[in-house]
Amino acid sequence: MKNDILSPLSQKSIYRKSAKSMTLPLFSSNLDPGPDFAGLLGLVGYGNNQLSSFQLSDGMNQAKQFSREGDLPAGVPHGTTIVAVRCKTGVVIAGDRRATEGVSIAHRSIEKVFPADKFSAVAIAGAAGPAIEMVRLFQTQLEHYEKVEGSSLSLEGKANQLGQMVRSHFPLALQGLAVIPLFAGYDTKRSSGRIFSFDVTGGRYEETEFHTTGSGSRSARTTIKLGYKEGFSVEEAIRLCIKALYEAADDDAATGGPDMIRQIFPIVAKVDKDGYEQFSQETVRDHFVSLISEIHPDTK
Amino acid sequence: MTMPYYVAPEQVMKDRAEYAQKGIARGRSLIAAIYKDGILLVAENPSHTLHKISEIYDRVAFAGVGKYNEFDQLRVAGIRHADTKGYTYSREDVDARSLANVYAQYLGQVFTHEMKPLEVEILVAELGDVQENNRLYQITYDGTVVDQEAFAVLGGEAETIADRISHSITPDAPLKKALSACVNALQGPDRQLTSNELEVGALDRNLHRRFFRRLEEPELSKLLK
Repeated sequence: MKNDILSPLSQKSIYRKSAKSMTLPLFSSNLDPGPDFAGLLGLVGYGNNQLSSFQLSDGMNQAKQFSREGDLPAGVPHGTTIVAVRCKTGVVIAGDRRATEGVSIAHRSIEKVFPADKFSAVAIAGAAGPAIEMVRLFQTQLEHYEKVEGSSLSLEGKANQLGQMVRSHFPLALQGLAVIPLFAGYDTKRSSGRIFSFDVTGGRYEETEFHTTGSGSRSARTTIKLGYKEGFSVEEAIRLCIKALYEAADDDAATGGPDMIRQIFPIVAKVDKDGYEQFSQETVRDHFVSLISEIHPDTK
Repeated sequence: MTMPYYVAPEQVMKDRAEYAQKGIARGRSLIAAIYKDGILLVAENPSHTLHKISEIYDRVAFAGVGKYNEFDQLRVAGIRHADTKGYTYSREDVDARSLANVYAQYLGQVFTHEMKPLEVEILVAELGDVQENNRLYQITYDGTVVDQEAFAVLGGEAETIADRISHSITPDAPLKKALSACVNALQGPDRQLTSNELEVGALDRNLHRRFFRRLEEPELSKLLK
């Protein structure tokens, strides 16, 4: 996961934002954005499109210059492992904590798994700055829709929204700033957990059992593939996610493993009929401790 | 020759105020009251889907009486204002006072400059970090803002209802007691309101981040017993 290399650029657009005065946002019926928050931002002059076009024209060369990984082909997420596994009661999603800038570690405790709303979670791989911004916009969008309309979007509707955001980010992805989210949630109508993966163009694919993304995804995927069984309990799904992250960190320099010295562990969360719940760091640590004693019985 | 006809500004304002008051008085009333765990909002509303009470932001709620399409437009504008502000700055920076001012400016402007004033009376409530910091801003059709202390009554029979509730509500009342005080004040001595005819919401301190919730069946019937 790349660190936010865009901050010097986006500063400018923040100045532009604060120049706007805050009045009651009322629109004539032909301009009304309805429950669309991103559309609203465009109309009141805080548009996200502005940001990306600005970066495209002025920021293109600078972005490349700042980026030590600017030569990476587009669409290849780097430096993260995100895993999601369906279980009997819902879905479990987990992500490591490392952010890298080239070969150096930029952050040891960054979080890449977020609640999108009460019944869904979103995890991110790719350039950290735009990815976290995308999550923030997505969270606001879901809540905005819910408040304006008085009811939540369907899980598929939420996934499509996220797909549109990834698609509008495509120009930046071509410059090596790809953002690849993973979306998982509990479908209250079907009463089951569902996982959606995305590609760099905003293509949205539903996964039936599990999905992994990020640079460590290959090892993680193999681990899950070998251990996955349908109808897992939450505990079993957590154990498998932890094992997958451990194997990914073992083989991928850009994925952080359990940090026993600083007590930093991956973020693990579940979404089921009771909503999103993140597990405490102690719980995750206990899982790692039992996993390590299982794999290496001779170490204490 | 026709005389250019003149109407005194006092008369114009009086006519508009009368017009707006009439429109508001046609609808049913609403009470917002501070109780032990936050702020309770109770409206007489036979519809289950056309709401008078709504969430605006984490700690901010909206209530409106009068013409539905007009206060609903204000409600949506309030959500937009709050979400844009929270997204641009921070979630903590969204507060009821600034929203109430924006509403007041708009209502005042419509009242003085447009042909027809808005036939609405609205309320912006904010749950404070401590009980003393709870806020109830009542905004009338002409843009007047009133910072209410313990409760606010909106709608046609506001004075009668306010008189009834002032004797029965205390800021330390538990939910059940506060709700029955509000319902009794709304229905008066001659009527009996059932849970079907009520819309109830609360900014509830026991929740996390998003403090607004609707009190729905079967909880509502249980509380009304």
